Amino acid sequence: MGERTVPGPAAALELRGVTAGYDRRAPVLRDVSLAVGAGEAVGLLGPSGCGKSTLARVSALLHRPYAGTVLLGGEEARGWRHRAPRAQRTAVGVVFQQPRLAADPRLTLAALLAEPLRATGRTDGIPARTAELAEEVGLGPELLGRRPHEVSDGQLQRACLARALVLRPRVLVCDEMTAMLDASTTAALVAVVERYRAGSGAALLAVGHDRVLLDRWCDRTVHYADLVSGAVTPGRRAPADTPAG
Amino acid sequence: MRIPLLPALSARTVRVRVSVGLVAAVAGAVLLVPLLFPLDEQAVDMANKLHPPSWAHLFGTDDLGRDVLLRSVYGLRVSLLVGVVAALTATVIGTAVGAAAGASGGRVDRLVMRVVDVFSSVPHLLLGIFIVAMFRPGVWPVVISVGLTHWLSTARIVRAEVLSLRSRPYIDAAISGGASRWRVGVRHLLPGVLPQAGLAAVLMVPHAIWHESALSFLGLGLPTHRASLGNMIQDARGTLLAGDWWPTLFPGLFIIVPTLAIAGLAGVWRERINPRRRSELML
Repeated sequence: MGERTVPGPAAALELRGVTAGYDRRAPVLRDVSLAVGAGEAVGLLGPSGCGKSTLARVSALLHRPYAGTVLLGGEEARGWRHRAPRAQRTAVGVVFQQPRLAADPRLTLAALLAEPLRATGRTDGIPARTAELAEEVGLGPELLGRRPHEVSDGQLQRACLARALVLRPRVLVCDEMTAMLDASTTAALVAVVERYRAGSGAALLAVGHDRVLLDRWCDRTVHYADLVSGAVTPGRRAPADTPAG
Repeated sequence: MRIPLLPALSARTVRVRVSVGLVAAVAGAVLLVPLLFPLDEQAVDMANKLHPPSWAHLFGTDDLGRDVLLRSVYGLRVSLLVGVVAALTATVIGTAVGAAAGASGGRVDRLVMRVVDVFSSVPHLLLGIFIVAMFRPGVWPVVISVGLTHWLSTARIVRAEVLSLRSRPYIDAAISGGASRWRVGVRHLLPGVLPQAGLAAVLMVPHAIWHESALSFLGLGLPTHRASLGNMIQDARGTLLAGDWWPTLFPGLFIIVPTLAIAGLAGVWRERINPRRRSELML
């Protein structure tokens, strides 16, 4: 930590000295700091098993770190999982690596998509919003009545992305969103994310191990190894010519 | 040349059909016989006592001249009532306790499961006898006794299932989407454990029937004049030693046949919800 400099308004997402994991004696993340400016797209690169997904879950307030703080729009996270205030939880949209595991097998795609709206009591205009998002991510109306086991991985990931966008989050965390998908679906999903960001000014944290993809997709790419002990200084809309690592 | 009289059926299909047929026959018998044949199953006819099976009395008569077939049907009625209601009671209690423990986790989970362990360490028939002894004999004390002593295994099953579901990414996604604890439980966890809890309930019906019979056999269940399968076997004990087999055999079959039929259906259900099969269907 120490000599951090945040120019302009507060970062959309900031992790300060986060230590997290599943065993106190051997945490996966040790003293990690990272900031994503408003409207900025940051790619996070790292080898398998290094803790990228844990970092993504901490960022989305889904995993309580042992130490450190998470700030959303300059405001400190006041809890984790259910204890996090609903407004903070829903400010971060998450897309997980495996759509099969991230979709309740009993819900149809339409119900899956609308679930966050129902959970937050915004039940007005659900059909319209569902149809609009389904079209945006490229899901035909005939797919919306199907359950997860009746569609392909790519189609299911499209639905999961739509679900992450349905509450219009200010930060989008994509944890290896395209790792299991082919090139054309990857391109389509990245295009959806970029259209959303252009329209909403949301920040993006894209976690992955595909350097070529992240370099082309994001404003800047950081390597996981450089995050430890505040080695990374955040910038706002930094040029994409600083691939770390 | 062989002419197939029946279309070739898989062993599983045969099992399903036989089980469904038996369950339907049993359900029909207990529902319709009392309506169609308004005979008194408690009518004593000392002139006709201990008649072996004949056309007049297909299952013979017992030591008080009562028709064994009629009494078996009435006994099965009581046993099924006890079995189904007690199994439902136990399943509701077990699912609630297991889901609460699994969903809460941490200290609550440990405390609840230790209480479950304490109850499990007492033989449940003994506990059931203790509960029955607190009431006047009747159907409902037996239901309460069986229901209150059989939720432990369901609680364990449901808790294990909830623990496994709780860590899935789709629960994370629901929390991230703003779902409350209650909504996660009702919308995602409960529907996920229902197949397991339902299977536990179905398997518990025959078990509960056996318990009713055991309590009645020990003289603690239903009043002795009441036709119940356990009471009948208990009454027939003496005559069995004298070589009169029918008052024991037929009520015994009335316990065993529905048990096997329900267990057969439960087995098919278990195959259907088997995680490996389920994942094969999904992938």
